[in-house]
Amino acid sequence: MAAATSTIAPVPPVPAARRASRIPRSPKVIIGGSLLLLFALLAVFGPVIAPHSPNWQASTSNSIPQPPSGRFLLGTDQFQHDIFSQVLAGGRDTLLIAFLAGVIATTLSILVGVTAGYIGGLTDELLSILANIFLALPGLLILIVVMRPLPPGDTNNPLIIGLVIGLTAWAWGARVLRAQTLALRNQDYVESARVIGERKPRIIVFEVLPNLLPILASSFIFTVIYAIGTYVSLSWLGVINPASNTWGTMLNSAQQSSAMLSNYWWWYVPPALCVALVGIALALLNFGIDEIINPRLRSTRSRHRGVRFTLGLTPVLRSGPAGTGPAGPPAAVALSAAEAEGGDTATAVAVSHRDSTAPGGSTPPGDGTAAASTIAAKGETL
Amino acid sequence: MSTTLLAAEPVLEVRNLCVDYGLGEDAVHGVTDATLTLHRGEVLGLAGESGSGKSTLAYALTRLLRAPGVITGGEVLFHNRPQGSEHTETVDLLAADAARLRQIRWSQLAVVFQSAMHALNPVARVDAQLTDVLKAHRKQMTPAQRRERAVELLRMVGISEDRLRSYPHELSGGMRQRVMIAMALALEPQVVIMDEPTTALDVVTQREILEELMLLRQRLGFAIIFITHDLSLLIELADSIAIMYAGRLVERAGASELFHAPRHPYSLGLLNSFPALHGERVRMEGIPGSPPSLTALPGGCAFHPRCGYAMDRCRTDTPPLLQPQDDPGRDRLAACWLQDGRQAPPAPLAARPTTADGATGADQTPGSDR
Repeated sequence: MAAATSTIAPVPPVPAARRASRIPRSPKVIIGGSLLLLFALLAVFGPVIAPHSPNWQASTSNSIPQPPSGRFLLGTDQFQHDIFSQVLAGGRDTLLIAFLAGVIATTLSILVGVTAGYIGGLTDELLSILANIFLALPGLLILIVVMRPLPPGDTNNPLIIGLVIGLTAWAWGARVLRAQTLALRNQDYVESARVIGERKPRIIVFEVLPNLLPILASSFIFTVIYAIGTYVSLSWLGVINPASNTWGTMLNSAQQSSAMLSNYWWWYVPPALCVALVGIALALLNFGIDEIINPRLRSTRSRHRGVRFTLGLTPVLRSGPAGTGPAGPPAAVALSAAEAEGGDTATAVAVSHRDSTAPGGSTPPGDGTAAASTIAAKGETL
Repeated sequence: MSTTLLAAEPVLEVRNLCVDYGLGEDAVHGVTDATLTLHRGEVLGLAGESGSGKSTLAYALTRLLRAPGVITGGEVLFHNRPQGSEHTETVDLLAADAARLRQIRWSQLAVVFQSAMHALNPVARVDAQLTDVLKAHRKQMTPAQRRERAVELLRMVGISEDRLRSYPHELSGGMRQRVMIAMALALEPQVVIMDEPTTALDVVTQREILEELMLLRQRLGFAIIFITHDLSLLIELADSIAIMYAGRLVERAGASELFHAPRHPYSLGLLNSFPALHGERVRMEGIPGSPPSLTALPGGCAFHPRCGYAMDRCRTDTPPLLQPQDDPGRDRLAACWLQDGRQAPPAPLAARPTTADGATGADQTPGSDR
């Protein structure tokens, strides 16, 4: 070990590589990101590559759903629509509505939450009451009440549905942002900005908002998940015009035709699976945001399986007896029993040595003092 | 202030300790091959610039280092002799499990953390925080006894009894630091590790606290590892000093020996960085340059780019921590090629004629006049 460390080649700093390493590369994020990309591509190109139009009927006389076959990859429903084509086409509206609702709800939550938290006083009281009222209202019920009177053409319009869902989904985000803004507004850098005369909007946009970004991002993702669930529930309940072709309306028609009882699994499993996969993809992406917020998580949790970091029990990872030179590969690898996960020590070290990305999150061993106080300045304490 | 050791019996032995931050190829070597021995009742100073690995070393040997810190080699042996017991038992802290460490920490091996501002719980009163540990480790004590002990502890660090019901925000920074020290001493540990305990305080408060600490040490007989970047303070306070640079120990010597005859150019540079209060005026010389990044350490001796005495050999070979060749028999080590006996070391780094004795030497240090 002694001789091994003396021959470290100097590593030139690579700013580009360091920046790239800020994007977490854990399997969770990769799986979540690629799933979401897949569904985004499906939403854009799905209807184009689908073999049939969603309303195309294989036959008008047969009312028995056909199981998956070479001709119909996922079978057909009662009206002989091709399920595969419907699934491909059904994502577009769902994703559009969900992301639209996410954007609207997040914007509203910033407006209400950050304003309430930063301005304070009566404004805070009123906006908080508003947020609390929206929190207390049962969202789905309100949506049904709002949607019912709309003409069928409007319940078919994704923009209007997205707007309505967004209008009911902002309250939780607003509360979280308000709480965080309250914590930030008394930080020294915000107060100093106030003292030197920066205007409120500028302070909010330049001093407060950037610090809220991680929370904003995860609140956006959760709102999107919520909007997908809400939209699918609404269509399943039949509030959305059944003529529109989405995963939710597919589930609705499957439900109405008792597909579950008749065991027509190819009818309801594919759309339900799609909804679940989009939700999972978004939730997995949220882990990536977690790791950007807290870089320690990256080095502790996701990168090296086999070495468990426990607060107050620093892992001991010995490679070879102490004092020997760089004797090739670590022959005698001994993890202290408390740290070995499942006792699989050999793989643990193999994993940890294979990963060669730059240590974005690992901090150099500072001794706690952030300021680089050099010894040369110590004369003044005398 | 340095007291002669009654018996050079080790209480904590660190051998070839290596600490990495991160794992695998991109690990940063925070501490490399640190070997230290702390004797009973001794004050061992650990000095060096910011980022030289002093805190990393101290936290690693208590296994308190946070992720992504990993201990990659070495041994830490704690010779545990509980209060009132004759029997000494050796514990390998690196092999100990959580339960074993839990028994030893605080009761035998206590740590005073750097910032008392964040280490005390702001919503709990001082007495609650002081008696909490007694509740856990001294189960036989009654509430009245615990309270009595809390009062005693506060009095020990010079805080009056009526502060017992205060919240941390009602205390001044110095008082909070004293409370931290009182908490660390609550179970009469054998070793106290102090991580820059007085850095945030002004020199007057610092002086008061350290004087009290030294009196307590004489009375209770615990050993201290004192981490600071204030070398002048250490020379006055410590029995022996270890200087760290870029994660390695570069010099170990008795406090007055280090002050009078440093054997490593880095120690010399540190000593030249603060003025003496007595004697003629001399031009202050700092150490040129800045400490290296641990991710890109220079080859050979890590100090060579900043060293005025650097030779060709320093650029290629890392010097081991050895006894200086021209001054055998003393308990001191330096990691410098100038001291390997192949050439006479330059005058500022050579052996000096011994002063009358170590104790008076310590009194002449500049720090003693603060």
